[in-house]
Formats: sequence, structure tokens, C-alpha cells
Amino acid sequence: MSEPDEARARWRAFADAQVAPQARRIDREECVPGEVVAALRAAGAFASGFPEAWGGPAGSARDPVAAALAHGAMHEALGAASASVQGMVNVHHMAGSALARWGTRAQKAALVPRLAAGDLVAALAITEPNVGSDARAVETRAVPSGAGWRLEGRKSWITCGQSADLFVLLAGTPEGPAAFLVPREAAGLAVAPTRGMLGCRGYALARLQLEDCVLPGDHLLGRPGFGLSHVAATGLDAGRHNLAWACVGLGQACLDASLAHARTRRQFDAPLAEFQLVQRMLARMLTDLSAARLLCRKAACSRGAGDPGAIQEGAMAKYFASRMANRVAGDALQIHGASGCGPDLPVERWFRDARIMEIIEGTSQVLEIAIARYGLQAHAAGGRAA
Amino acid sequence: MSAEAERHDAAPDRHPAIAGPLLAFLSRSFEGRAIGADDDIFEAGFGNSLFAMQLVAFVERTFGIEIDGEDLDIDNFRSVTRVAALVARKRALAPA
Repeated sequence: MSEPDEARARWRAFADAQVAPQARRIDREECVPGEVVAALRAAGAFASGFPEAWGGPAGSARDPVAAALAHGAMHEALGAASASVQGMVNVHHMAGSALARWGTRAQKAALVPRLAAGDLVAALAITEPNVGSDARAVETRAVPSGAGWRLEGRKSWITCGQSADLFVLLAGTPEGPAAFLVPREAAGLAVAPTRGMLGCRGYALARLQLEDCVLPGDHLLGRPGFGLSHVAATGLDAGRHNLAWACVGLGQACLDASLAHARTRRQFDAPLAEFQLVQRMLARMLTDLSAARLLCRKAACSRGAGDPGAIQEGAMAKYFASRMANRVAGDALQIHGASGCGPDLPVERWFRDARIMEIIEGTSQVLEIAIARYGLQAHAAGGRAA
Repeated sequence: MSAEAERHDAAPDRHPAIAGPLLAFLSRSFEGRAIGADDDIFEAGFGNSLFAMQLVAFVERTFGIEIDGEDLDIDNFRSVTRVAALVARKRALAPA
């Protein structure tokens, strides 16, 4: 078995045993239980994606492409088992990748090994009540205060806001957007849970209120002016790759359940699988899913190889896979009928969770603009657009 | 003003072997618009929120260097000439 195949089998077995059985409870209770976090930690889920030198997976420096594929396989397996759990690991990797990429040596030494070990769980705080896709308009303010910074403002819809130990938080400064490392226990930071979301209910969303929140100077991540274009962008790029894989996992779960149901459920004296209109849905699901998986693999190979095209490929993979997940979850619900809408099967949860995927880490519309720009750039340069 | 900042503000040396590929990359990213080596990249407006990280990835891949948090200085990224000077400095510092 190749290394990525082995990783895929290993993460699938882990997710089936440790995560999937808890998914319904996570959705109902709107949080990820401690034993699942502990299992993720023991399995190395938090470490995946970090540089080997700072506590990332053994062997990833030697074969970064295999490591990127294994990382994708993990997010796929988690996405199949519980979109909420995948989201928790995803935001940890988003915030952590920004820190591992742009932190000073001292910041990395102090924090990245603890993030990789899962002793510290991180989250990314960009969104605000008035600021969604246009993060340049960030209203939270950071002003120099002595040797440090004083932060004032509000963040909303922050995934793992209720549970994270450390936030990579975007704020405006006189020199432009900047990213800050805000520990949960920072004086002046108040966290309030947001409940009752449509899907991904275990994301443990929260509102953050920063009032006279004073941070030491070494809590600045990167430099003012680069907080969005480089620091947050690094996290968002990681998030698009991870989420694309998660959507493939979610789509696979929908397809597997639909195939099983179509073969066993009988109407008009025949299994649903005998009806051509059902076959059409299955054919579309299967093809859609295969296409999304190929986009994810291509993006992961480019990302592992350090190819600049990986950013575009990650955007395309997330765009396609999130839309695929919605189509496939919709068809899975249709094939399952009333039983899919009911409380005894995971299909209605998949349907709700899938809808979130087109909104987070770049809406489909924002990604369409970015992807079209890539095509226009390539054409203007006389190259091929893909 | 620190000595470092003064050095950045002085007219940087030209590095045509580095600036050439950068200009080609920029022209592509600006959808074919001509960009001068000393034009302000940010003022020209690059229209794509993913551009900044693409530029970092391009520079790292093309010139075999690593851009880190310490390099995030607007004077290193303002123009092609400035980026080329950053690349030349980092290459001079890199272990052989």
C-alpha cells in the first residue's frame, strides 16, 4: 500500500471508530466532547500539516507531497465522520499554519510544538458583525500602547471561539491590517457562545469582545500592513485546501449511504436502484465526487511541492467540492425520502452541514471572482487558463 | 529612523536577472498591463486577494529563498526593484 493510501486507511479507521459514533451527539449538544479532542490529540490530528522540525508528522520533510496527501486524507476522513470535528481541526490548522509561516523564531519555538501536540488549540478570528468577505474593512482596532498594543473591537461567528486557547486575530492598525496572537486568558477578552446554527453545530462558535485588551509587543504576528494579505491569507489558503477535502469526505458519506439505501429500499416491487431516475442521481453523485477528489489531489500535490499554483488550485478545489457536497447531500436526501429527513439517520445533518461549506473560507461568489481573475491573467499572458 | 530603514530608503541596486522574471510574473498578475520596475505594486492595485501570497510563493520557488515574518516590510514589497533587492540580500545571506 502506498504511503497516502496507508494514511487514508488509517484516518478512516480512526474517524469511523472515534468520531462518527459521536457525530449525532456533537450536533445535538453543539460541542465536541473532551474524549474526542483527546483521541484526535493521541492520533496526531493536530500535528498534521505542521513542519516536521516544529513537531509535525515524521517523514513529512522528506516527502512533502505524500505528507500533503496524507493531511488531505485526514480532513477527508474527519469530514465524512463529523463536519463539526473537521472544522475544529481545520481552524486549528488555519491559525497554526499562519503562525508557523510568519511567526518569529521565538514565537514559533514557544507555540508551534504545543500546537502540534494539541496541548494548545488555536482558532482564527477575522469575521466581525460588519465584516465578512471584505476583511480589509476590519473594524477592530489595535493601537500601540507602550511597548505593546491595545485592542478594541468585536469578532463574530468565530469557529471554536468557545474552546480555543489561542486566537490569531485580525485588527486594523495605523499602518494597515495586522494579526495578533490573543490568548484566551488575555485580560480584556470576553467570549460569548453563539448557538442554534443551521449546520456544523459543533463548531462552538462565539462572539469575542475586546475591551482595553493590552497585549505585549511580541504578540504581534508578522508586521502591520501584512495581517490580511499574508498572515490571514496563509490561514485561509490552508482552510480552503482542508475544507475541500472535508467536502469530499462528506460527499462520500452521502454517496455510500445512498448506494446502500438504493439497493435495499423497495418500491413498486423493485429496489430503488432499478429506477433510472435514481440511477441518474447516483451517476451524478459518483462523477461529481470523483471530480472533486481529483481536484483535491492535484491541489495537495502542488501544495506539497511548493508550487505557486497551489493557491489557485486550492480555491478551485474548495469552490467545486463545496458545491459538489451540496448537490450530493441534496440527492442523498431525495433518495432517502422521509427517512433522510428524520432524526434517525445522519442524512439531514449532512444536508445542513454541506450548506455551511459554501459560505466559510471564501464564499462561492468570492471564489468565483478569484478563479475568474486567474483565467483572465493566464489568458492575458498568452498562457493556458488551467 | 533606523539604519535598516535608511538603507531601504536609499535607491536599491538593480538586479536585472531577478527583476526580469518578477516583471513577467507581475505583468501576468496584472492581466497584461505593463508594470515598471519602480512602479508601486500596491498603488497599482492587483485586484486579486490571493495575489500577495502568490507573489511570495513565486519568489520562493523561482529564487530558492524563504520569505519569513522578518521580511514582511512594505519597503521589501513596494516595487519589483525592492523585491529584487530583497531576493539578492537573502541569497547573499543563504548558506552555500
